[in-house]
Amino acid sequence: MKTKADIVIIGAGISGCSIAYNLAKRGAKNIVVIEKSFICSGSTGACGAGFRMQWGTEMNCRMSKFSTEFFENANDILEYDGDIELRQSGYLMIANTEKELAQFKKNIEVQHACGIPSRMVSLDEAKEIVPHLNTDILSGAAYCGKDGFLNPHKTTDAYYKAAKRLGVEFYTYTEVTGIRVENGRIMGVETNKGNIETRIVVNAANGWAQGLAKLVGVELPLYSERHQILVTEPVEPMQDPMVMAFNLNLYVQQTPHGSFIMGRSDAGEPRDLRITSSWHFLEEMAKTIDKVLPAIGKLRVVRQWAGLYNMSPDRQPIYDKVDGIEGFYVACGFSGHGFMFGPVTGTVMAEMILGLEPTIDASRLRLSRFAEGNLFTEPSVV
Amino acid sequence: MDENTIICRCSDVTLKEIRELISQGYVTYDEIKRLTRIGMGPCQGKTCGQLVLREIAAATGQSIADLSFHNIRPPVVGVKLHLIAEEAEKHED
Repeated sequence: MKTKADIVIIGAGISGCSIAYNLAKRGAKNIVVIEKSFICSGSTGACGAGFRMQWGTEMNCRMSKFSTEFFENANDILEYDGDIELRQSGYLMIANTEKELAQFKKNIEVQHACGIPSRMVSLDEAKEIVPHLNTDILSGAAYCGKDGFLNPHKTTDAYYKAAKRLGVEFYTYTEVTGIRVENGRIMGVETNKGNIETRIVVNAANGWAQGLAKLVGVELPLYSERHQILVTEPVEPMQDPMVMAFNLNLYVQQTPHGSFIMGRSDAGEPRDLRITSSWHFLEEMAKTIDKVLPAIGKLRVVRQWAGLYNMSPDRQPIYDKVDGIEGFYVACGFSGHGFMFGPVTGTVMAEMILGLEPTIDASRLRLSRFAEGNLFTEPSVV
Repeated sequence: MDENTIICRCSDVTLKEIRELISQGYVTYDEIKRLTRIGMGPCQGKTCGQLVLREIAAATGQSIADLSFHNIRPPVVGVKLHLIAEEAEKHED
């Protein structure tokens, strides 16, 4: 293990790997990524594998458009020897109340201002797009054909390999036990395998981000909670887009491999780091799918699992350096969509750390917005 | 053994693919699973798990007993979702 580094990134999910790659690509040297388990073992590896541009805030729309355009060419840009399995087969957002439908219409105005090709669709058209959709219980839908599916393990692996080729060193199964600060300045990172002197630390630990920040006495306004998912046996292709509903509380997509991945939120989850599976989720998920997309209810569930959402007060990430501790950067609070924001996370953080002109203005995602009361809450999160 | 031998019958993963990943440094079951889908299918690793662990052990010199398998998650066997939904509804109210 190195004993000195210019930059230490903590966490090797999509965020940590993308930040490392983007720093190295812009010429930064001597970068180390520390991961307590293996690459992509945390929230990224447990996510729902979708990406979308249908958001309700202008910031999220711009960031997801930037990320989508990167994903479209990521195999080539990252010179990946595998395939990230990008498939732009759309997201169909379904509403079952007039209120939710009105929100979709408002969202689409924001999306169109950002150049996102989304549109309202009639229930007849929704039924053409997804023939097994139970439109009897719906009031309307919105659709964007450029949203879709992406393999989180392969995408993170592509960033990891590209970063490694540029000289980034990854220490897996290495746990951070302390962060050394002297006179308000980062001095080093302590791990269970040895210490590294550094002046810059990037907290990309998502679910564990607030715990890590506490090591240097910083309270981040975040909490983590379990979100569960299940997957079915693979079957012949029968559904192109992700079907997503906020009020009905559901997202479900058929992967290119043929299995269906689906999830929903559970109210009243404890705010901790548990990712066990619950029977309650399985029952609620089964009831929801049987009601909304009955044909999928005929399939067998083969596994359920869970990952952590790292929730911020306005359900948007924090990209910033922390005042009072020079050299301490945070990229966290992704609120369930850190995977699909991977490209923008890496770009924004690398430019911030290196003092470069920002490609995309993410200053609204500063840490102080919560203390300022300057929130702009994302309305469309499952 | 013929390297084209299928190790994972759910996802058609061959011995060659497993050995290639191990040689690239992916030396845990969890990492190999995530890049190949081995153990993600209907058998949930009940068929392929031991075979993959044996390959890792042979390549790294570790004992199989010291290697970790993926987390065991429900259900134990595949169950149709509508059956779970119907049962759940019966027990409501």
